[in-house]
Amino acid sequence: MKHTISVLVENRFGVLARVAGLFSGRGYNIDSLCVGETVDPSISRMTIVTHGDDRVIEQIEKQLNRLIDVIRVNDLTQEDHVERELVLIKVKAENEKRRDVMEIANIFRAKVVDVNPKTLTLEITGDEEKINAIIELLKPYNIKELVRTGKIAITRGE
Amino acid sequence: MTKRSGAEILVESLIQEGVEAIFGYQGGAVLPIFDAMHEKCPIQFILVRHEQAAAHAADGYARSTGKAGVCLATSGPGATNLVTGIATAYMDSIPIIALTGQVPTSMIGNDAFQEADIVGITRPITKHSYLVKETKDLARVVKEAFYIAQSGRPGPVLIDLPKDVSAGFAEHKPLREIEIRSYKPTYSGHIGQIKRAAKMIAESHQPVIYTGGGVISSGAAKELKVLVEKTGIPVTTTLMGLGGFPGDHPLSLGMPGMHGTKYANLAITESDLIIAIGARFDDRVTGKIDEFAPGAKIIHIDIDPTSISKNIQVDIPIVGDAKKILQELNKIVTAPKITAWTKKIKGWKKEHPLVYKQDGELKPQYVVEQICKITKGEAIVTTEVGQNQMWAAQYYLCREPRAFLSSGGLGTMGYGFPAAIGAQVGHPEKLVFDIAGDGSFQMNIQELATVVENELPVKIAILNNQYLGMVRQWQELFFNRRYAHTFLGAIPDFVKVAEAYGAVGMRITKPEEVVPALKEAIHTKKPVVMDFWIAQEENVFPMVPAGAALTQMIEGMA
Repeated sequence: MKHTISVLVENRFGVLARVAGLFSGRGYNIDSLCVGETVDPSISRMTIVTHGDDRVIEQIEKQLNRLIDVIRVNDLTQEDHVERELVLIKVKAENEKRRDVMEIANIFRAKVVDVNPKTLTLEITGDEEKINAIIELLKPYNIKELVRTGKIAITRGE
Repeated sequence: MTKRSGAEILVESLIQEGVEAIFGYQGGAVLPIFDAMHEKCPIQFILVRHEQAAAHAADGYARSTGKAGVCLATSGPGATNLVTGIATAYMDSIPIIALTGQVPTSMIGNDAFQEADIVGITRPITKHSYLVKETKDLARVVKEAFYIAQSGRPGPVLIDLPKDVSAGFAEHKPLREIEIRSYKPTYSGHIGQIKRAAKMIAESHQPVIYTGGGVISSGAAKELKVLVEKTGIPVTTTLMGLGGFPGDHPLSLGMPGMHGTKYANLAITESDLIIAIGARFDDRVTGKIDEFAPGAKIIHIDIDPTSISKNIQVDIPIVGDAKKILQELNKIVTAPKITAWTKKIKGWKKEHPLVYKQDGELKPQYVVEQICKITKGEAIVTTEVGQNQMWAAQYYLCREPRAFLSSGGLGTMGYGFPAAIGAQVGHPEKLVFDIAGDGSFQMNIQELATVVENELPVKIAILNNQYLGMVRQWQELFFNRRYAHTFLGAIPDFVKVAEAYGAVGMRITKPEEVVPALKEAIHTKKPVVMDFWIAQEENVFPMVPAGAALTQMIEGMA
């Protein structure tokens, strides 16, 4: 099962290597990893999407907690939370195809961030389902390039 | 405030941490540090002959004294030579501080002469590590490193010191206290869990206490003894935990697992409750995990949450310091009704004792027994890895914590001799024995120069069978006696080697020579190498083959 784990870490060099090394060294999977500063610039938040059975996930949480630079580990999968991912898609859109692509973009409330005679570049945010849906719809038009940020997530409520 | 050099700040910080000895080796990137230690420095410096020995010696010092051991090496090859010693300490949760020189900060990443990314190389085998980028950070880093290494589940911490940082200058005010917001080990056990554990113990019929290195690192040997005396529950002790409970106590079952006693393994298998204290259900202990103690509930006391329910699902986990938890548990625990169980175990002990054939040949088990007898089990014993290690664990009945030093987790050949150096430096008054094999001893044989130069009178007992004995044993049992590359044909004359270095060498080839030789070695004030020519194809028994259940023991002689 997929888990979204939110990790607060000291914002220092080398911390990412420790976290990544923990996953590779112990044979855990990283589906996506997102890192950014929090409101306190001395602290960064990592959002890690991983999968495994309950025992593996329990070990991942404990092992993360054991790293000296890790301040807090939170498995958001257990809580009510909002997840988002941002994707940039460069898709072929020539002549009469352009209108079709624009229409799909509108349905998904995607933004056009770059235009040229041969392609359109779209920016879409959403949860995994939405992102996967628009990718599937755009595939027939020939996606030239696709860039995903990986998932970020936040708990609902206070 | 006057400015001090980084090297001076480092040395002062080490003194402030109570460091009495450093094991290390010179080199270009650490010149400023050695210079700062050159005069009027209260720290004893032991110059080894290979950096690996410095790390193991720091480890042996730490295990035998309970204080962090310190080793120092230069950048590049000096640092990489420490790696095996750091990994050894990491696997056995031993607090050492590894100080490494590094090329100047301006040259890091340029593939400079003697540059190695030692922080990167050691990341998976250290509890934590630092690359110090500014001289002003040094005092804080040293303080944090010692705190991290020695608190919680202990472990090695590496500090990488670029040459310009130790040669640079900064204002220095010694730090009294530090606060690491992201690191707060749990010491006190959950009281509700301790109460549940006490209830489970009281209701058990066939309980076993299974203890490991955690009992030793938390200093819980006394509390463990109280628990055993209050409850009458028998105790099995892992390799790492030997000495945490007296090996000659009537309730001691010795070691469990692959080369454990038959009665320990039978007791575990038939138990209805295992009380694990500072042990981690290692594969060498459990054997085939599905058939490990099938009817037992498990209470697991450990300071490291990652150890709990990692290999074995636990019924009552108690995270915290073993000593503190046992103190609480001892207040409320009551004795279970286990007379029938202890009688059964007594029967097993009588029926399946540790035995070996005494047929006139010189047997390694006999040598270890005699070492135990002559030293009254009061020496500090280090071991190498392989058969010598298992014979030492089986036949040297260690009675005190911090007196049996062995590379348990990593299984590092070449550990025992340098670890004995560390132990002897930490305990100048004590008798220190390295129970060695001919293969392992040759891995750090160069340290004979170190013991002679520093007048460290360690006694090395080589159980010499001219083989990599444990691997040969596996070949005999599982590879149809095909002894591929386990025969060490060109064994040097260890007596002459010892004498060439200025130590004492002795050769023992007959059983009747053992006791007089040991007596003579103990009376000698010099380091002694005893070359015991033992029966070449003697095996370690009993033995549970790798991956088999604990009940499937191969026994040597019935």
